[in-house]
Amino acid sequence: MKAAVIVFPGSNCDRDLAVAFEKAGADVTMVWHKDTHLPEGLDIVGVPGGFSFGDYLRCGAIAAQSPITKSLIRHTERGGYALGICNGFQVLTETGILPGALMRNSNLKFICKPVDLKVESTESAFTQAYTLGQKITVPVAHHDGNYNVTPEKLEQLRDEGRIAFTYVDNPNGSTGDIAGVISKNRRVLGMMPHPERAVDENHGGTDGQAMFRGVMDALVSA
Amino acid sequence: MKVRVDVMLKTGVLDPQGEAVRHALGNLGFDGVEGVRQGKVIELELAAGTSEDTVKDMCEKLLANTVIENYTIEVL
Repeated sequence: MKAAVIVFPGSNCDRDLAVAFEKAGADVTMVWHKDTHLPEGLDIVGVPGGFSFGDYLRCGAIAAQSPITKSLIRHTERGGYALGICNGFQVLTETGILPGALMRNSNLKFICKPVDLKVESTESAFTQAYTLGQKITVPVAHHDGNYNVTPEKLEQLRDEGRIAFTYVDNPNGSTGDIAGVISKNRRVLGMMPHPERAVDENHGGTDGQAMFRGVMDALVSA
Repeated sequence: MKVRVDVMLKTGVLDPQGEAVRHALGNLGFDGVEGVRQGKVIELELAAGTSEDTVKDMCEKLLANTVIENYTIEVL
């Protein structure tokens, strides 16, 4: 499996994400945001957490205009896989690859703690190694993780089984307790919690491992 | 030419920051503050003759996130 991780100025989870992909057996290339093309023959693109461009204007808004992001959009339009975590999720919503928008947490606080998630769909490469309804513990670390969609869109996401994870105890005010959503073709996942920070015993938990294993299984057998 | 763009959250989108300001005003003893919405003001210095359509394009592509925000354009 060939993976690329995009690095924006202000990304800070890029190396963690690369390590998580590597631990699952992937070859990982780091790609600078000013590059105009993703590497050839890529299976999946990781859009990491952090504070790209200092969160200026809106979280992810400037990164969504970076040269590499155009290549990322083309990659997803061709049916390529992508995983956006935290700031990466914000970038994916700002580009329109995923629906909705991420706003300031309802309690206005930066929240940094492990949270319990419920697996709402196992019908994606990212979630197939979990069981439906499984509770997993993954850390969050964000100020703007309050996922906002219209009631109509929420219903659509539910009908199409595109909610990947919900919070057991909603920390940030997200609509429908949503922690992660899947694209219509089920090949792009965006989520606020950090599965790449839960792949090693020393992280204090390994509930994120199944995500990278699932992606690996799906892409190797594809 | 100078153009001013106001970006506000759409009606119906809960504004946590506005709510916090409303609470703070109440704590200061200002009664009757029934609602606060917080937005952004962006001032653009543009070449003379830049069309309003171009500014609109700027708003749609970058200055506002039209999923949750509305914008108004004012030529100063």
